[in-house]
Amino acid sequence: VIRPDAPVLLEIRDLQARVEDKAILKGVNLTVRAGEIHAVMGRNGSGKSTLSKVLAGHPAYTVTGGSVAYRGENLLEMAPEQRARIGVFLGFQYPVEIPGVSNLEFLRVATNARRTEQGAEELDTFAFEDLVRERLQVVQMDPAFLERSVNEGFSGGEKKRNEILQMALLEPLVAILDETDSGLDIDALRIVAGGVNQLASPDNATLLITHYQRLLDAITPDYVHVMAAGRILRTGGKELALELEQRGYDWVDQELAALEAASERNPVGVG
Amino acid sequence: MTTSLNATNTPASASTASWLESWLEALPAAGGPLEAVQTRGRRALREQPLPSSRQEDWRFTDLALLQQLPLAPACAATEPPSLAAPEPGVLRLVLDGGADPLAGVALPAGLQRLTPGEIAQGLGHTLAATGCEQHWPVELNHAAASAVLALRVSARHNLKLELVSSAGAGLLPLRLLLVLEEKAELELSQLLMAPAAGAISLVLEAHLARSARFSHGLVGLGDSGAALLGHLAIEQEPESHFNLTAVSHGWGLARLEPRVVQVNGQSSTCLRGLQLVDGREIADTHSFVRFNGPEGQLDQLHKAVAAGQGRSVFNGAVRVPREAQRTNAAQLSRSLLLSDRARVDTKPELEIVADDVKCAHGATVSSLQTDELFYLQSRGIGSDQAAGLLKRAFCEEVLRDLPDAARSWCPFEALELEAA
Repeated sequence: VIRPDAPVLLEIRDLQARVEDKAILKGVNLTVRAGEIHAVMGRNGSGKSTLSKVLAGHPAYTVTGGSVAYRGENLLEMAPEQRARIGVFLGFQYPVEIPGVSNLEFLRVATNARRTEQGAEELDTFAFEDLVRERLQVVQMDPAFLERSVNEGFSGGEKKRNEILQMALLEPLVAILDETDSGLDIDALRIVAGGVNQLASPDNATLLITHYQRLLDAITPDYVHVMAAGRILRTGGKELALELEQRGYDWVDQELAALEAASERNPVGVG
Repeated sequence: MTTSLNATNTPASASTASWLESWLEALPAAGGPLEAVQTRGRRALREQPLPSSRQEDWRFTDLALLQQLPLAPACAATEPPSLAAPEPGVLRLVLDGGADPLAGVALPAGLQRLTPGEIAQGLGHTLAATGCEQHWPVELNHAAASAVLALRVSARHNLKLELVSSAGAGLLPLRLLLVLEEKAELELSQLLMAPAAGAISLVLEAHLARSARFSHGLVGLGDSGAALLGHLAIEQEPESHFNLTAVSHGWGLARLEPRVVQVNGQSSTCLRGLQLVDGREIADTHSFVRFNGPEGQLDQLHKAVAAGQGRSVFNGAVRVPREAQRTNAAQLSRSLLLSDRARVDTKPELEIVADDVKCAHGATVSSLQTDELFYLQSRGIGSDQAAGLLKRAFCEEVLRDLPDAARSWCPFEALELEAA
């Protein structure tokens, strides 16, 4: 829901980042207000997954320019765990399997880290079990998954449900969901999207990183951004996603080529 | 110092280190039920050169720490720390190298002392069968041990036994001989502890008759100024099962040598090891499994955590001769390297002559996985806590296989490492 007076949660300005020696983000600008759902679309390699990892603080990426303010605070100088504690959540495209670490214990430690930051009491084992059982319903997940190691031996769909379960427990203000629809069959997609919809509220915001329209059939975005070559090339409403679906990404390439040709003719500034 | 050694001993050869010579001279005269063994061990120590890095088996592990220990000839054991009482029906024996651990103890049904005749016949048999009767640490034990705890386990009793030893300053020699009769079952939890300046020498021999089951949980909790040398020699008759889960932590020097022979194959051997080193500690496991018949099975997992400037060594020898057709052996070594200055040396050593066998082996050495750490951090878990969870998970895979009593002696919290 777009409300021009809603508080700004995330303000990304001219964000540039590289991995090893390769520049990936080349000046991303994006403003996210409370209550909004944004979709970031683009081809593989356009930089959309990098954007999500940079926001979460993945150590493999180096920010080389620009700024990210989260509720007015400089997000980029915070450790990944601090970003999570204050309400930034990354749903992983490939959730990591961690043999030997119990899913239930992991969820409890994570939930308590967030609660402590919010000044709430830590939950003991029993209180947490009550909470987690309630939240399991958001993603219709079998409690048996709590007893297993984190994501170990989970199917693709189970891993994504586990991501949304974490989101339901951590109650982030900005949730960045990286290709949450990848590897999901129709039923799993419906459940995961249903979970995201249930968790969306006027106080929080969701950033959906996706390749396909089909996720957006289930979660209606307020804004759709098209990324190419490390920048947001175009922004529109949900109809932009439909246009992409119909026309494919070829026109994005053409637009990008035209843009680059123009900038070569009229170089703006020297980087 | 006047020598009190038996006159049959030869004079010290040039190869005997002076610290060892002084130690040998200070030993009480050979005597008692193990007199012949003691005499043999003392002679061997004088004649054999000290293990050194020039020998392949000792390439990475030097015994320098031993000579820094004020090796009193026989160590006065200290009271073990207060342990929870054993579960009902479980016999706990305290082995301090001196007093007879069985004095005044009513042995449970199914457990008997071996007679002196049986001891004379059995002692050393399994060491020879597994090819280690002349190993230096074994000779050290021979030289020092004045008693052997020798027990027979009979069938149909499913016995649980705890052996607890806590060394003082000096060398605590422990010698054990176990005979498991056909279909006998024994679960042994063994705790070895030593403070700074303490050392433990363990030599255990076990013979498993047909269909016997022996589960051994060995927990060694030492000090950076303490040493542990252990040989576990096992002979398995067909259809027997041997499970060893050995955990060592905190020793300045720990060297364990599990050595198993499946005398006619058709047995199952399961070896689990976890060694943790920090500071300048050295932990070394040299395992040896030989299949002298067909259809034997081995399932081996060895794990190491190396922090500080610690050094971990694993050498896993597996011998599959021609007669060992249809052997199924799997060995995996996994090491976690937590510091740039720690070192891990791991080597499978498979010798396979039989042609119809499955023998898998693998080794990994890695630091904590960045992706796993980041995943935990991205959920608000601090980097130290995340690293702790991952280290714990790594260790639990072995710890969970310890028998209950042994498990209770080494909760993960007891295995702390300095910050990596």
